[in-house]
Amino acid sequence: MADHTHRTGSRADAEPDVFRTDLLALLPQLRAFARGLCGRPEQADDLVQETVMRAWTARTSFAPGTSMKAWTFTILRNHFLNDLRKNKRNTQLDPEVAENTLVARATQEEGVHMNDLQRALDKLPEERREALLLVGAGGFSYEEAADICGVPIGTMKSRVARGRAQLHAILEPAGS
Amino acid sequence: MEPELTDSDPPKLEPTQDRGRKKGGSDRQPGWADGLRKLYDSVANEPLPDSFDDLLKKLDQADNG
Repeated sequence: MADHTHRTGSRADAEPDVFRTDLLALLPQLRAFARGLCGRPEQADDLVQETVMRAWTARTSFAPGTSMKAWTFTILRNHFLNDLRKNKRNTQLDPEVAENTLVARATQEEGVHMNDLQRALDKLPEERREALLLVGAGGFSYEEAADICGVPIGTMKSRVARGRAQLHAILEPAGS
Repeated sequence: MEPELTDSDPPKLEPTQDRGRKKGGSDRQPGWADGLRKLYDSVANEPLPDSFDDLLKKLDQADNG
């Protein structure tokens, strides 16, 4: 995929069409990140649409020449965390129930590996999951991922390392 | 998928415990490390669902509304 996101000199206020094209080009990646974060396809896509709307209305605050990918991922992430906090207060989304639902859905034999992985990912603490998604799958450097999550780079490295170890422990329990 | 890691600090595999994994090595890569990437790419490569058809319209409305 061509790297649209680092195009420089496209001032969002002066060239909304360029901005919009760049933004829409990021949709596949935003969907992938959102799906990894929340696991549920419809909810993930809603999150992406919200993100794009927010990015669009906030486009004048985008600094030209910086990574639009990192910028939109930050918006998506913050939006996701806000929703999560709200949901925790309003509905009682019992993690046990959510997990069992996922397990039930994943009982078909084919594609079990991917289901296992998504399920294992869902078990990780939020911050480790997003760290693995950003660095392990999304192609961000530790530094960029740390910026997106608003933490020091050392914290990001540690989250990735712990997330990897935990994922590994879930998927390949000792002795297997 | 895209070479965005050129500028700084490319993510290295952490030297975790005793596992001698090599970057990009397909030799003894545990399933999940590749799998995470595959999971992500599989979604990124999906065609956009119909629910995204209206997004362009919504963007325009956000401007005019």
